[in-house]
Amino acid sequence: MTQPPAPFGVAPASRSALPKAATGIEGFDAVTFGGLPAGRPSLVCGAAGCGKTLFATTFLVNGATRYGEPGVFMSFEERAEDLVANVASLGYDLDGLIAGGQLAIDHVRVERSEIEETGEYDLEGLFIRLGFAVDSIGAKRIVLDTIETLFSGFTDEAVLRAELRRLFGWIKERGLTAIITGERGAGQLTRQGLEEYVSDCVVLLDNRVEDQITTRRLRVVKYRGSAHGTNEYPFLIDAEGISVLPVTSAELDYPVSEGVVATGIAGLDAMLGAGGFYRGSGILISGEAGTGKTMICASLIEAACARGERCMAFVFEESGEQIVRNARSIGLDLARHVESGLLRYEAARPSLFGLEMHLARMQRDIDRFRPDLVVVDPLSSLRGPDAELQATVLRMADLLKSRGITAVFTSLREDGELGRDGDIGVSSLMDAWIKLLNVEANGERSRTLYVIKARGMRHSNQVREFVMSENGLHLVDAYIGPAGVLTGTARVVREAEEAAQALRRQQENRRRQREAERRRRSLERQIDELRASLEAVGEEEAILLDEDERRETLLASERRDRAARRGGEG
Amino acid sequence: MSAPDRIRLRLYVAGPSPRSTRTIESVRRLCEGPLAGACDLEIVDLYQQPGLAGRDGVVAAPTLLRLSPLPARRVAGDLTDAHRVLGTLGLADPGSVAAASLQVAQQQQQQDPAPGLGGPDVA
Repeated sequence: MTQPPAPFGVAPASRSALPKAATGIEGFDAVTFGGLPAGRPSLVCGAAGCGKTLFATTFLVNGATRYGEPGVFMSFEERAEDLVANVASLGYDLDGLIAGGQLAIDHVRVERSEIEETGEYDLEGLFIRLGFAVDSIGAKRIVLDTIETLFSGFTDEAVLRAELRRLFGWIKERGLTAIITGERGAGQLTRQGLEEYVSDCVVLLDNRVEDQITTRRLRVVKYRGSAHGTNEYPFLIDAEGISVLPVTSAELDYPVSEGVVATGIAGLDAMLGAGGFYRGSGILISGEAGTGKTMICASLIEAACARGERCMAFVFEESGEQIVRNARSIGLDLARHVESGLLRYEAARPSLFGLEMHLARMQRDIDRFRPDLVVVDPLSSLRGPDAELQATVLRMADLLKSRGITAVFTSLREDGELGRDGDIGVSSLMDAWIKLLNVEANGERSRTLYVIKARGMRHSNQVREFVMSENGLHLVDAYIGPAGVLTGTARVVREAEEAAQALRRQQENRRRQREAERRRRSLERQIDELRASLEAVGEEEAILLDEDERRETLLASERRDRAARRGGEG
Repeated sequence: MSAPDRIRLRLYVAGPSPRSTRTIESVRRLCEGPLAGACDLEIVDLYQQPGLAGRDGVVAAPTLLRLSPLPARRVAGDLTDAHRVLGTLGLADPGSVAAASLQVAQQQQQQDPAPGLGGPDVA
């Protein structure tokens, strides 16, 4: 079985020389940094019905089966066969252990009506019985449940007290790790003040009823020579035995992941700068009933399971089957993930346990299932006093963060808060917050979504409309005009108008282009005509020039002829 | 099985302590005095036979156990007050052991102070 991490940041017990005997009770060994003081008696006290006997039995059974330490159960109340029957439901096979020499049960019957006293006596008989049982199986652990019964069987209290003191001394001398149970008394831990004798370790079990809801709690009152968790820790007794759940880590030094998990909704991924949420972050999805919170969760789950990640959903208002069925309507087949063991739904009514117990149960389930994604749907259905509620939510967020689990919480409260006055700041605990809003206009209702925050990444500030169809969830750009956000049909109408306007603009453009073309062509034509007349003028010029030359040449030759003629004569 | 009208006593002591010795003497006196001839006494040292303590439900030491007549009865202490011991064991009338067993059979809680016994037989 896996041990949850120690509830404190410090690692104190490592230096301590005090040897400890592990109880094997989940969580208790973490709270006490190793278990009960080895070779010494410890007192486990509490009112009737708070699980003292079960605690002690588990200590013995685990000792025998896991740590190779046989044990003796000396019962002053229940008969051996009752004891065997009572813990059989937890899967403890006491008869088998007895047969295997790993456990001995001795029922010490103390009835005042059967014992008369005349003169001096001591409880050597008890010592001998205990010693005999211990020696017969080589026991290292013993349980005395509930030794105070002796006070009802014998009248001489002075003798009893002296003998108890001697008994506890004897236990230490023999080096036996012992649990002595005691019934809670008025004004003190036990009726007979056993805590005076057992001074090494005192554990108090409590079973409190608040608002008709029972919560079992455990507290280590004292532990001489060892650090220990001082808080009251809730513990569970169910078919899987007893488990103590130290949910206290209130540190902020988590390992931070850079990985990004896609949401399974393409439009939403696009709104988030990183393409999804950071792995291990806390995500709040808030919105009224019917805004689609659960279906967004289903998309996230589907995406995670498709990547082969493990998912666990704690649902408080619907059963797992119901969600699986509903998700089918948007084309998500979650049933195959449930079957393959990747997805587990844990459904419970919020009023089934107290807050503490819900948290405790979650922690146990998470530590066993080891999911990558946890969905709490809806967080806002957990009810309780404001202070407790806030602490619970804080610890729940811490619990998941410290394990690097991506957590999705939904809240029915539009403002993302919890509590009667809404002063429990849940949204500030979260790394990302998606707000879903139903917009009612023009006689219809449309779903819109916006990302209010996403720590550590750029994100779209736009309101998007989202549509659920049998093909899944799709985001559509919402139209934001001067009159506000337009969605649904109004958006479609508006979009049609815009399209018409665009068409008009296009046509106008084309017309202008054509006109310009025409003008260009006419200019070009004019240019051609001018060029033609220019050429004509040029040709004329050439002809005139040619005539001039020829005349000049003719004149020149005439002059030569005349000159020649004169010269011949002269 | 011994005869039903015999008184069977078993005395548990824890080792040879002065208290054990004192107790054994007290019981012997009873068996040889008021209960002479009517009782079988067995003395068990718990240290020698520790297994018997659990079987007979012994918690205190010394403990005197009346095995017969039934039901079994236990007396814790060093049994110095013979008068009280006999009263407690329902054997106050030593003259008729059969009557004692009848009495016990009829009324479980024998509260008869039985003044017939002559004075406490104290050492």
